[in-house]
Amino acid sequence: MPELIAKTALAGVKPLTIADTTLAEVDLGPIASVALFPGQEKAVAKALKPLGLSFPAPNTFADKGDARIVWTSRNQAFLIGVAAPDFGAAAAVTDQSGGWAALSLTGPAAVDALARYVPIDLRLAAFPVGSAARAPLYHMSMVLMRTAPDAFLILCFRSMAKTGWHEIETALRSLAARAKIA
Amino acid sequence: MRITCPLCGPRDRREFYYYGSDDYLNRVTVEDGIDALDNFLFLRDNPAGVTRDLWYHETGCAQWLRVTRNTVTHEVLGAELVADIKKGAAK
Repeated sequence: MPELIAKTALAGVKPLTIADTTLAEVDLGPIASVALFPGQEKAVAKALKPLGLSFPAPNTFADKGDARIVWTSRNQAFLIGVAAPDFGAAAAVTDQSGGWAALSLTGPAAVDALARYVPIDLRLAAFPVGSAARAPLYHMSMVLMRTAPDAFLILCFRSMAKTGWHEIETALRSLAARAKIA
Repeated sequence: MRITCPLCGPRDRREFYYYGSDDYLNRVTVEDGIDALDNFLFLRDNPAGVTRDLWYHETGCAQWLRVTRNTVTHEVLGAELVADIKKGAAK
């Protein structure tokens, strides 16, 4: 059996710091989509209980140890960082590991950089820590999470990882250039 | 133009894909007769005022919405999940 090397979407890319704001690729480990079958809320809650998590309300995510669960659509969430427990016939569980690229954006320019592409209100009052959104990053789909007042986690399709990186880098460079002439 | 998605909240029009009249929610079959079928396939109201149509929240929660809007004032009056409407109909 040959030894296969798992690579992340942007394997080898080094974190980039512009305007005191750092863009980096994150390896999230396993990602599983958990889609509830109708009326199975209780059974799903029971399966998630050993992880210390509950099924998230729309536009939120929650962490417990290494595990994270983020709302992604009606009756659907992504369970990240841990192997999915047995949901039996309560939910359709599909492995999404490797299908997504994860980028972290941390620093004072994070909100302004994302505001160039994301048509939702990202100010802390409107999108507090613990918020999540399915929203466009320019023209592509993403899952956005606010992990700290000045930090975001972005999930975009693996095939679009370089585009996502490029968009955010461009915004950061542009913000830094503006700050210089201001 | 903004549509308030029942799940995601107020979102920009560019996140949505327009489909057409909410007549599509009430599919007819051959048993309903040729006139009903003709009406379903080819005839649409074109009201000056309140109208309801289907939109897909493409870069958001990927849900179909029934949006009520006014073609004269351009007001968006509300949006409901088609999934909820269908659930109600099945009961």
